Amino acid sequence: MNTGLMTIGLPHFLVVAALLFTIGVIGIFVNRRNVIVILMAIELILLAVNINFVAFSVYQHNLIGQVFTMIVLTVAAAEAAIGLAILVVHFRNRGDIAVDHANIMKG
Amino acid sequence: MMLESAVFYILSAVLLASASMVIAARNPVHAVLFLILCFFNAAGLFLLMGAEFVAFILVIVYVGAIAVLFLFVVMMLDVNFRASGQRFRRYLPVGGAVALVLAAQLVLMSTMWMTDPMAVSTASGQNIVENTRAIGRILYTDYFYPFQVSGLVLLVAMTGAIVLTLRERKDARHQKVDRQLDRPLAEIIEVRKITPGQGVDL
Repeated sequence: MNTGLMTIGLPHFLVVAALLFTIGVIGIFVNRRNVIVILMAIELILLAVNINFVAFSVYQHNLIGQVFTMIVLTVAAAEAAIGLAILVVHFRNRGDIAVDHANIMKG
Repeated sequence: MMLESAVFYILSAVLLASASMVIAARNPVHAVLFLILCFFNAAGLFLLMGAEFVAFILVIVYVGAIAVLFLFVVMMLDVNFRASGQRFRRYLPVGGAVALVLAAQLVLMSTMWMTDPMAVSTASGQNIVENTRAIGRILYTDYFYPFQVSGLVLLVAMTGAIVLTLRERKDARHQKVDRQLDRPLAEIIEVRKITPGQGVDL
């Protein structure tokens, strides 16, 4: 950790991550028109989690947080790939991707 | 000292503003572009903290792979993007209330955070080697199995995505190798005797 970071404390980064997480949650709640934006909101939430991991890792001099960040990145990539694949198949079957209309599986 | 604070506030402000635009943009293509801006600013924050490796991995993986994948899907699916305004307003009260409570709790917890001095590692060796080398030293030794398992997760995701989206088209023309090989010889070649100067009539 470089010395300049003493002026910006750990709480600064935690607050930014908290606000980013909240924006992601709002995105999931408010956005009912297409699934792509919901997937992007999930990416925002994972990014907020990553910021928390890296901040704690740096301020506690412990690299495990950064290793775990990479694992979270991997899972985010896998989730995006699977989610978008499901989206493409759904679009192929339905012709739109509106969340409100996604009720084919309802018995 | 002042410079780092200024950089932190600028990066954070742009990060949060572009994150808001991701969920508020009408056009999903714009949303993806704002998402890319978000990732760049988060990478800037990581650089500011001195976590260079994660910062560059973030740019490479998120901007280079995930965001391009999103952009590709958004452009491939020909979705009607209109008629979304009143939905946004309809769900705003509930979403806003939940978000307000969540943000208040998280921010309160973050500002009250006290780190136990015992939890801070005092190992002196870590600050000598640079970030990337230090991560490499523990990633391939202590965290070797999680590393391999994350590779397996990617393999499963890749297979799953292919299985989900692969479809057999009935109208596509395929080569039928067995039928080609099964044709009797008599159908394929015909041996004729040609007398010179006469030619062949088909």
